[in-house]
Amino acid sequence: MTGTGKGVPAGVALCSETRVPATLRAVLRGFDSAFVLLSGRGATSFGCAMRYAAPTSIEEAVSVLAGDVHAQVYAGATDFIPQLRMGRPEPGVAVDLKRIDRLTGLRREGDSWVIGAATPSARLGEEEDLVAELPGLVEAAALIGSDQIQSRASLGGNLCNASPAADSVPAMVVNNGRAVIAGPAGMRTIPVASVVTGPGSTSLAADEFLVEFVFDRPPPRTADAYLRFIPRTEMDIAVVGAGARLTLDEAGRCREVSVALGAVAPTVVMVPAAAGILVGHPLTDEALKRVAAEASAVCNPIDDKRGTKAYRRQVAGVLAVRALRLAADRAARTGS
Amino acid sequence: MSRTHVTCTINGDPAEFLCDSDQTLLDALRDVVGLMGVKEGCATGDCGACSAILDGRLTCSCLVFAPEAEAATIETVEGMAGPDGLHPLQDAFLEGAALQCGICTPGFLVAGKALLDRNPDPDEEEVRYAIAGNLCRCTGYDKIVRSILDAAAQMREAAPAS
Ligand SMILES: Cc1cc2nc3c(=O)[nH]c(=O)nc-3n(C[C@H](O)[C@H](O)[C@H](O)COP(=O)(O)OP(=O)(O)OC[C@H]3O[C@@H](n4cnc5c(N)ncnc54)[C@H](O)[C@@H]3O)c2cc1C
Ligand code: FES
Ligand code: FES
Repeated sequence: MTGTGKGVPAGVALCSETRVPATLRAVLRGFDSAFVLLSGRGATSFGCAMRYAAPTSIEEAVSVLAGDVHAQVYAGATDFIPQLRMGRPEPGVAVDLKRIDRLTGLRREGDSWVIGAATPSARLGEEEDLVAELPGLVEAAALIGSDQIQSRASLGGNLCNASPAADSVPAMVVNNGRAVIAGPAGMRTIPVASVVTGPGSTSLAADEFLVEFVFDRPPPRTADAYLRFIPRTEMDIAVVGAGARLTLDEAGRCREVSVALGAVAPTVVMVPAAAGILVGHPLTDEALKRVAAEASAVCNPIDDKRGTKAYRRQVAGVLAVRALRLAADRAARTGS
Repeated sequence: MSRTHVTCTINGDPAEFLCDSDQTLLDALRDVVGLMGVKEGCATGDCGACSAILDGRLTCSCLVFAPEAEAATIETVEGMAGPDGLHPLQDAFLEGAALQCGICTPGFLVAGKALLDRNPDPDEEEVRYAIAGNLCRCTGYDKIVRSILDAAAQMREAAPAS
């Protein structure tokens, strides 16, 4: 562990000079980002503006956050570092969560899967039983960037970065994921769907962070799927992402269904009408056509270089149906 | 200026360096440790020129803070050649003309090694996915893909049959 051997707690901050006043810091940062743009390199700024802390327990992380209002947690830094490069101000302390065991593992616990918030997404695909039980969640995590990125990118970072296009989020939401949050008052658990409040913003307080995600293990004849549409096969941001999870009955009729769409609104949107259309019925072409129309209708997309609003709406319908079919095929194969 | 002291293993050797808290591992490896094989193409995770294997996983060293290397094991292109000569991937790249300007080459070699470490017999599609995080502006990728497949075949031949 890092530590100065001079009585500084392991992992905590190794920079002791007086903090630069906030206003001066802002000015210097303005200069800094200009420098980044001009030189193309976010070279180390001035001295030791940003400290680094690597707590090894949840309690230690909570106290680092409580001790500095300018602290920011991070996991893989695959969003965090590029954002600093773009000129976003450095936090006072960057709190690396990856040295806390509970945040970097994944385990089956009774009827649940528990995935540490800082676990690299590559880990998910290495866990055979998880791949078998939540294939849609694993395929969503496997779509995040290249192998290099997947060695680091976490579900916690993907969610808390709060990009509307984050790939793992629709898959977590259709699986009714819960997020366990630590803070000065202890732990609390909320639905994944209520973490993100808009692009770049979450409902977490500044002194809170995500510890882990909890997913129910699927009952019989239940499966999930996630599909993303991008203009190329790798390394791009979703034009639309669609997650689906459903449970079939013995006769192949839909018993429960959940559909969530990414990149088509400021936050992930559900398609609640899918349940009304499908529950109690087989997945006929006619029923799925109605689901597609409902999926298109709930979108509130933007126009950008990846697609127009109309295009995104249409693709959302198509992708929702494909994800449902894939989930249904998988659910049928899981047998009774 | 107070700096962080990092102790780690680089290419099999114990190493120590001093870095700033907000310095990237890429900058520390190049500017402090003196390993120039990690290249900076973009500094934002898109090009893979800075690829290094960190604790057994392929990473972009531009997206790692240098202090995170404490107690870690790091492999770079400098560690690939053995006492008997170049790594089979390096030979195959030379043989197959898989480079032109060469700035992307260390990244491709390290990504190729990370692939072959876990999958000695990849098919072309697996190779293409494994190098999807590496950009090359010169070769058009085909020779790189074929060279990785050639190296894999050679390594399988050289390995004692199991
Ligand atoms: C080349 C490249 C390709 C990419 N491709 C994709 C892609 O295809 N799909 C996709 O969805 N994303 C993609 N991304 C974005 C990014 O990799 C993902 O969003 C990733 O999941 C972020 O995880 P992280 O652990 O690296 O987050 P970090 O960068 O560590 O953190 C991101 C944000 O979340 C906060 N945070 C992190 N962990 C926690 C926690 N436990 N509690 C509270 N807040 C936390 C941080 O403060 C920060 O604001 C890509 C990025 C790059 C560089
Ligand atoms: S320099 Fe790291 S990915 Fe381009
Ligand atoms: S050989 Fe020039 S970028 Fe690849």
